[in-house]
Amino acid sequence: MSSLLEVTGLRTWFGHDSDPYKAVDGVDFCIEKGQTFALLGESGCGKSMTALSLLRLNPYPASHIVSGEVRLAGEEILSLSEAEMEKIRGRRVAMIFQEPQSSLNPVLTVGQQIAEVFHWHFTLDKKAIYTRTLELLHSVGIPDPIERINAYPHQLSGGMKQRVMIAMALAGEPELLIADEPTTALDVTIQAQILDLLKDIQQKTGMAILLITHDLGVVAQMADHVAVMYAGQIVESASREQFFNNTLHPYTRKLFEAIPSEQKREEKLTVIKGSVPPLNRQFTACRFAERCELAWQYCQEAEPRWINNNDHGVRCHLYDPDVDAEHIKSQKQVSSSRLSEVIPANNAILQVSQLKVHFPIKKGLFQRTVGAVKAVDDITLDLRSAETLALVGESGCGKTTVGKGILQLVPVTSGNVVFQGQKLNRLSIRALRSVRASMQIIFQDPFASMNPRMTINNVIKEGMLTSKIKDSAAQEAKVDELLTRVGLRADIKHRYPHEFSGGQRQRICIARALAAEPEVIICDEPTSALDVSVQAQILNLLRDIQHEFGLSFLFITHNISVVDYLAHRVAVMYLGRIVEQGTREEVLNSPKHPYTQALLAAVPKIAAETHLSKQKLQGELPSPANPPKGCHFHQRCPHVMPVCLEQYPDTTLLSPTHNVKCFLFEENYGSTNTN
Amino acid sequence: MSFLPVLLWTDILIFLLLTVIVAAVMYIRRRPHLSAPWKSVMMRKRGMISVMILSCYVVIGLLDSMHYRPALESTENTQETYYSSEVLSVFDWLVLPLKQQMEKTYSAPFSDRLFVKEIQTMNDGSIKYDYPKLKYGAAHLAQVDDKAADIYQTVLKASLLSLLLLFLIYICHVVAASRCKLAQFPHQFKRIALNQSQYPLYTFYFTAFCLLFVVVNLIFLSQNYHVFGTDKVGQDVLYQSLKSVRTGLVIGTLTTLVMLPMAIMLGIAAGYFRGWIDDVIQYIYTTLNSIPGVLLIAAAVLILQVYVNNHPENFKTIAERADIRLLFLCIILGMTSWTGLCRILRAETLKLREAEYVMASRALGAGSFSILHKHILPNLMHLVLIAVVLDFSGLVLAEAVLSYVGVGVDPSMISWGNMINSARLEMAREPVVWWSLTAAFISMFVLVLAANLFADVVRDAFDPRMQEAR
Repeated sequence: MSSLLEVTGLRTWFGHDSDPYKAVDGVDFCIEKGQTFALLGESGCGKSMTALSLLRLNPYPASHIVSGEVRLAGEEILSLSEAEMEKIRGRRVAMIFQEPQSSLNPVLTVGQQIAEVFHWHFTLDKKAIYTRTLELLHSVGIPDPIERINAYPHQLSGGMKQRVMIAMALAGEPELLIADEPTTALDVTIQAQILDLLKDIQQKTGMAILLITHDLGVVAQMADHVAVMYAGQIVESASREQFFNNTLHPYTRKLFEAIPSEQKREEKLTVIKGSVPPLNRQFTACRFAERCELAWQYCQEAEPRWINNNDHGVRCHLYDPDVDAEHIKSQKQVSSSRLSEVIPANNAILQVSQLKVHFPIKKGLFQRTVGAVKAVDDITLDLRSAETLALVGESGCGKTTVGKGILQLVPVTSGNVVFQGQKLNRLSIRALRSVRASMQIIFQDPFASMNPRMTINNVIKEGMLTSKIKDSAAQEAKVDELLTRVGLRADIKHRYPHEFSGGQRQRICIARALAAEPEVIICDEPTSALDVSVQAQILNLLRDIQHEFGLSFLFITHNISVVDYLAHRVAVMYLGRIVEQGTREEVLNSPKHPYTQALLAAVPKIAAETHLSKQKLQGELPSPANPPKGCHFHQRCPHVMPVCLEQYPDTTLLSPTHNVKCFLFEENYGSTNTN
Repeated sequence: MSFLPVLLWTDILIFLLLTVIVAAVMYIRRRPHLSAPWKSVMMRKRGMISVMILSCYVVIGLLDSMHYRPALESTENTQETYYSSEVLSVFDWLVLPLKQQMEKTYSAPFSDRLFVKEIQTMNDGSIKYDYPKLKYGAAHLAQVDDKAADIYQTVLKASLLSLLLLFLIYICHVVAASRCKLAQFPHQFKRIALNQSQYPLYTFYFTAFCLLFVVVNLIFLSQNYHVFGTDKVGQDVLYQSLKSVRTGLVIGTLTTLVMLPMAIMLGIAAGYFRGWIDDVIQYIYTTLNSIPGVLLIAAAVLILQVYVNNHPENFKTIAERADIRLLFLCIILGMTSWTGLCRILRAETLKLREAEYVMASRALGAGSFSILHKHILPNLMHLVLIAVVLDFSGLVLAEAVLSYVGVGVDPSMISWGNMINSARLEMAREPVVWWSLTAAFISMFVLVLAANLFADVVRDAFDPRMQEAR
């Protein structure tokens, strides 16, 4: 049987011929009918460009396909005319993108956009198109398709938009669906729904999927075949079983080791030193050699060739029978530095009680307040010295607002934030300013969190605004010291933020926070914009400085594996309230609240052997402006009881450290139907 | 002293602006992230050309902004020197022949005769009704038929001279480059000749040649001819269009100077403080925007005119009266045009105040003032710059339109608008008097086109989205 898609020697280069930026540099792979082929790689390794080049959608005139062949069911498509290409795009090969927000036209209804695809590729009358559209919307799991067909994109949630995108892609009944990070912008529970949907559709229609992702978990769950890209080339390619049971390439191995998890709590995470080499270089050696711990002299001299062994291909000298690499293989061992656990003290350094942050909704000519978005609605938590408390939840549940509310960066509606014995939300602006330095925040987006027009020196000096060091020379010395502490060279301080990579910027942000000599740092998803290997570096750094300075972290995240690695205690938030709180072992190993259970189940796991009947959450997060009556979770809860529709459950203490807000555990309502 | 320096209001403001610009250049030179976009402006061919043309205009404008009153030759032996009531500028002094060679009335470009027939007494006493010879235009020629040959010769001479000057520039360039780069002299010689630079040197030299060619030719030809003809009162049109440069530049730059503080302060205040401040400022600019601008300008200018007429003692010379009206026009134009920029700045500030680095700064205990001036203002400056450069050409054109309508600059002040206004009646004439309009059109067109191209390049260089695309 011939393959559906066969790519050989594809090269897409940017820029001039004299100094090309080789985004895709000789990629070969093939996809069988009905197969899910995963292209895995970190950002900037050329995986999206590969996908775009397949359909000749690569940015023009910035880039051009230099050489290569793409055969779709035996037909070479790179040489087709643009008009012929249009018959293939959307009809035989369809594509969905990462951002459902920007992929849909905001001024056309969902129905119109899907109908457009039918118009292009089929000759159907209006009525047939309408019924087909309804069928499609139904098949991608959109409730009330008859109503939704007239909805505009902004009226739909992110998950719904991605479903509409899939419906549009399916409208042409394609043989191959290219999904470019289809779930990266979505929450885990929604991600699980979308991935299930894709699998489901694949089973029904038998189309092949080219899945582009950076998430090993998603790969484990979805792929039949995996290819790993690095610096514009495929470095390893194997079936899923082979890939997960026996990874060959050192880069892939490092990727696995860099993923934080509970088992690695005791040790530092493995990091990949250095960074991806600039792709406009002339490569004469292995592209990974500089970062590879197993590299030896020969790796710097010759480019490794593609070695295929039982359908498990790898691009590494270690596996080349013609290269003598035995001495290297024998030496390799796992070296991990142990890290002692931080033992949190028992005194609470920060106490938050009944914190409420409501944003008023104003309407009409006189801006009357007609309602409120209850972003944070009655939250009580405390943070002990040298402790890491993780605040977990889906996007939109108000976890970032909790952080800002604690720092008084947004006005607090009611409740108390007590820090060092002072009620922060009662302090005057002047008094607050002197306390502020003791509580710092690190943001998610390292590109937005530094003023692009200030040098690194000034950025960090801003952290010393309230510090005792006023002497200019002493400040300079302190900047040098901090930069060295976060693992950067001190002589970079006269450069500007745009010259640094995401990971380096995040280090600078940490240095700025440290400059204020804080006791508490609120980390607002500090690693979610970073690649796995860089994430590992930042997590290591955070743990190191926690040791060194005895810091307390309030770690806001949606990434469960990071929580597992870092946190001492965990609080799970749903729609502005904490539904479960306890130590890490309690919450993650024996979750009690149905939401926590579902959240943990939705996380794609690498050891995906356990295909148990997972509880998949239906529906999406309700609007915090109009929360459902009773328990906020009752619409999505598998254990819903009549009382859940009536009132919000009280806090039930399961152990001195573990509490949950659910009727299942309240004595009056009996724990009869716990599982 | 043989002259008395005169400082008009607009002169003061222009030199103030010049100082600010020079200071800004000094500041930017030392900061790589600020100077990088400017370098990229100069690296574009269009940027290079437009900057060179604009700087020619600016030089004329600056020379024309240094005013003085020459001393009158004392007729009686008094100790006191009296100064002329006419205010001249350095530029006037440089092109004195151009100013003084007044004909009787209209004459066509390069013509040797007046445009209207007159009864003249010939040498032999006979009376003839014909076009009289010009007093200055082509007066040096013995034979009228020699004119074409003479012009041809002059152009040739001028071209050679401009080539020579170009070569001089090249030598200066080589010397300067080998001095500061510490490279060998012959090496620099080759480097520049082979265009081995990040800047478009060929474009530079080509533009320099074109400019030199035009300037030298104009200088040579205007000695003996009225290159653009003369107007109704016999004044050289070339002189008029050169004098208009200053008026156009003043309107284009000072108006933005007036408007900027208001637009920036109100825009940032509205965006950053929100609440009732935002409401008030929005209300003000929405209201102001709904009043027709021309109406406001006409009313303001007329009020000023009444004031000037009632208080003649405050103005020593005609130039001062004209100047105060020009200044007032700038102010009133500024008052009506700040709303657009204010709105853009407010929107950008709304976005910036939620930026994470502003949040981080607040978390570090920074006050509002320090956030505004350290984080918000520097990140708005590219918008301000783009707006200023884009507005410039619009304002130059607005002056022409307003003067045409009659509410622009003082009729005694030479400006493109006034030139067009006085030429419009002659358009109905047969044969038509086209040169006044054409001269105004060409000089204004070149300036506005250069400004627009410059604005284009500046926007490309400073727009963050465009930077990503490149």
